[in-house]
Amino acid sequence: MEIVYLLEQIVNGLVLGGYYLLLAMGLSLIFSVGGIVNLSHGAFYALGAYLSLEVIKYAGFGASLFITPVLVGLIGIAFERFLLRRFYTADPILSLLVTFGLAMVAEQALRMIWGSAPLPSGMPPQFKGNVMLGEFMFSKYRLFILAVVICVMGGIWLLLHKTSFGRVVRAGIQKPDMVAVLGIRLQPYMVTVVVLGVASAALGGVLFGPIAIVHPAMGTEIMTVAFVVVVIGGLGSFWGVVLAAFLVGVVRGVTTHFAPAASEASMYILMFLVLMLRPRGLLGERIERFE
Amino acid sequence: MDEKRSPKTVHSPDVQRRKWLKTGTILAGGAALAHPMLAMAQTGPIRVGHLTPMTGFLGALGEYAVQGIKMAVEEINAAGGLLGRQVDLISEDSVNPQTAASKAQRMIERDKVEFLMGEISSASALTIAQVAARNKTLFMSIGARSDTLRGKDCNRYTFHVDIPVTVMVNAAGEALAREGYVKGKKIYTLTSDYVFGHDLSKAAKAFFARNNGTVIGEEVVPTDLTDFSAQLIKIRQARPDLIATNLGGNQVTNFVKQYAEFGMKFPVAGFNLNTADAWAAGEDNLGGIWPTVWHHEIKTPGTQAFVQKFTKKYNRIPENHAWIEYVSMMMLAQAIRETKSVDTERIIKYFESEAQFDILKLRKGYFRSWDHQLMQEAYPFTVKPKGQAKHKLDFLLFGEAVPGATEPLEKLAPPRSENLCKM
Repeated sequence: MEIVYLLEQIVNGLVLGGYYLLLAMGLSLIFSVGGIVNLSHGAFYALGAYLSLEVIKYAGFGASLFITPVLVGLIGIAFERFLLRRFYTADPILSLLVTFGLAMVAEQALRMIWGSAPLPSGMPPQFKGNVMLGEFMFSKYRLFILAVVICVMGGIWLLLHKTSFGRVVRAGIQKPDMVAVLGIRLQPYMVTVVVLGVASAALGGVLFGPIAIVHPAMGTEIMTVAFVVVVIGGLGSFWGVVLAAFLVGVVRGVTTHFAPAASEASMYILMFLVLMLRPRGLLGERIERFE
Repeated sequence: MDEKRSPKTVHSPDVQRRKWLKTGTILAGGAALAHPMLAMAQTGPIRVGHLTPMTGFLGALGEYAVQGIKMAVEEINAAGGLLGRQVDLISEDSVNPQTAASKAQRMIERDKVEFLMGEISSASALTIAQVAARNKTLFMSIGARSDTLRGKDCNRYTFHVDIPVTVMVNAAGEALAREGYVKGKKIYTLTSDYVFGHDLSKAAKAFFARNNGTVIGEEVVPTDLTDFSAQLIKIRQARPDLIATNLGGNQVTNFVKQYAEFGMKFPVAGFNLNTADAWAAGEDNLGGIWPTVWHHEIKTPGTQAFVQKFTKKYNRIPENHAWIEYVSMMMLAQAIRETKSVDTERIIKYFESEAQFDILKLRKGYFRSWDHQLMQEAYPFTVKPKGQAKHKLDFLLFGEAVPGATEPLEKLAPPRSENLCKM
């Protein structure tokens, strides 16, 4: 019986991992390609959740899954064009500061527009409830989220590994100088990378709005976990982030089972261990710029 | 100004200027000039330092709190102030217990406030109460509910307005027991890991023990936990008859939403749920029985007038934290008017005389002299049957006031034998 419970927590952890993955993947891509630690990434997640509530009013939940990430992606274009672009070659501390400031501005802007009280947000009734598989209980909605995450990640993987766009981006992560010598400018690629990153964060907001609370600080709350995942996974590696996201989810689930008080601390302990034993992360690539 | 914005510091413009002037003066002239300024304070505005969380998991409640107290101050000032002096409210985000304490100290020393008010977080209220006692400044702890604050950690300079944890547990607990949720049942509790959560848990366990319920398990969760799926799975495995939550702030909202998401069928109740958090959970997700200190449907002219004014001013229905800040300011105003002074000792004497205050409820409230907590009515609430809500926020069904009209107001509060308060 005990083992079934444990398995249940592991499976739940995997679902939770999918949630982290939506944010961490974009964060990792933007950092790997542009060298920018985007501290405002959580703001796009929050924006996604808020915009989604507006879109749902007019077009329904299904439409919001597509429309909201597109809207936030458009904002992402402006974000890259007018802000990030100025910092690719600058001292990293500058982009760190500017995105940190932007995160605060964004949070207060949400507070100004929608108020600081959490907004009621629900899911379509057909998603409510659970699916029992023998002794296993799954939330229907979370299974749906997991399916969406797998589709999105599959899409990003194909884009990175099966297209010429992806080849340039991956080469850019590894050897930007070499790419430049070949006469390829990385900058135009960054727009797409940023749009992909912030749109998937927004999708995270759309998906998690219904089961979390939609409130102005939600972006800040999620950032810590997203960073932990990126650090554990290692930079520049698609599978590293995926592995780390699921690992963090599972470790949290398992510690909740055995030592509930340590469940929040568990991911930091995991990060500590990984950094001690393997400073570049589980599957992190050796990146010249950061060595 | 758009009232939806919640500036970190709320000042009227000329007061702001005065503060700058003052800061400049201190910088330029040093301590020698501070003396004339002290003398000036007797004729200038009455400064009230107000600290409450405006960010974090209590931030949404803090916004209501600021709006409530601002409305009270504006009304007082519009009617000519107190003793011919205007009230100047300095309202700031208390952030966390450490920041709250240092801000309180600064307000006393540099801003020369006569009174400290506010708080929702029990942890921050405790540190402010300590600062107040050290500086012999009156502190009205308005929205913090922990029992220890008015028990073991009570002090002469702090008065407590909100209902304590014991009252919340008793108010909701008696309704639960009546419905047969407690006697002979297996109960699983979920507790926020800070002073308030632990206080709730202690009172809840005592209540269940008295009423023959068995607590079969407890999950203690950090205050920043937002995903309860792992806990939900664990609770389901234990198969309790009732899930009782001792959670603070918007954690309750998160929990009930995810509980509804998983479609679990064990009844959920709890001993803390602010109206704003109940609204945020939404009609479809909420169930169970909960306690509250006030609600906007109380049928007294006072409450109805307050709700109308608040709704007109801020374009939303007031939550219990808006009401409690409003009446707290009004109680202080009454004390200042009656004693014709802003002297801390005289105000304490007045409060300790168990003077009656109109707190917009059926019965008046008073501060119990030996532990400084406001004796007042509380209300259990639940959710209206489906289809009865007239609008999106209209799904809560409020019960009759407890204690009943014929019972003493002290009935649900911890008696002297159980309260460790020694002043």
